[in-house]
Amino acid sequence: MPNAESTPEILYDQYLESTLASVDASEEAAKSVAERLGYDEEETYHIGYAVREAVVNAVVHGNTYSANKRVRLRMERSAGWLEVIVEDEGRGFEESRQADPLARENLLSQSGRGLLIIRAFMDEVDIGRTEAGGTRLRMRKSLPAGG
Amino acid sequence: MSLKLTTRQVGDVVIVDAAGRITLGEGSSAFRDTIKDLVNKGHKKILVNLGEVTYIDSSGIGELVSGYTTVSNAGGQMKLLNLTKRVHDLLQITKLYTVFEVFDDEAKALASF
Repeated sequence: MPNAESTPEILYDQYLESTLASVDASEEAAKSVAERLGYDEEETYHIGYAVREAVVNAVVHGNTYSANKRVRLRMERSAGWLEVIVEDEGRGFEESRQADPLARENLLSQSGRGLLIIRAFMDEVDIGRTEAGGTRLRMRKSLPAGG
Repeated sequence: MSLKLTTRQVGDVVIVDAAGRITLGEGSSAFRDTIKDLVNKGHKKILVNLGEVTYIDSSGIGELVSGYTTVSNAGGQMKLLNLTKRVHDLLQITKLYTVFEVFDDEAKALASF
């Protein structure tokens, strides 16, 4: 029989337009969820930041601002974790093809740091593909004590 | 709060006081335009005061780097002043602390040019 420990609790699940307004809305939604789960101010900032960067990648690089494509943002609580999933309708993302933003020759690049910061702010980050071939970014952060 | 940028000149250094959020969209483009405008007007010593910047995303960080490159390519220097802990942490994560000269005292920053 399912119990609260094994059944994820859906905290947020929305399809967003591929716009900068969605980026702002996703950050606010993530911060709201994090506060509700009892994360402290710094952790809430980290979660909001990571979600914002993930949605920026989905809107800008995945869906290339297309009015016909949506970004799915889903947040759920499972045993000990907050899990966030961001999916786009683009053509997928190969992390191995990305330049290392910490390499000396790339330090002055204008872009390419979002994923680095997401990894710094979240406990686990996994990048895969949706069934339709878009990018699915899954990230987790351990729940605060008592959360 | 969106980004507010004001400039003031102290000797031959232009200080850009930034307040608010430097994020993808209006914030980052306003910052870019301000730096380019200063360089186009011949300013070569630019100090960016980030003391009132509450948030900077990876796009905003990219604009800081781009500004640094723009000023350097014009033969000038762009330095940073008054980083909040959060901006400081971001520069550590991205290793940009090794690129930017950073100060927490305006007089010392001005004297360094």
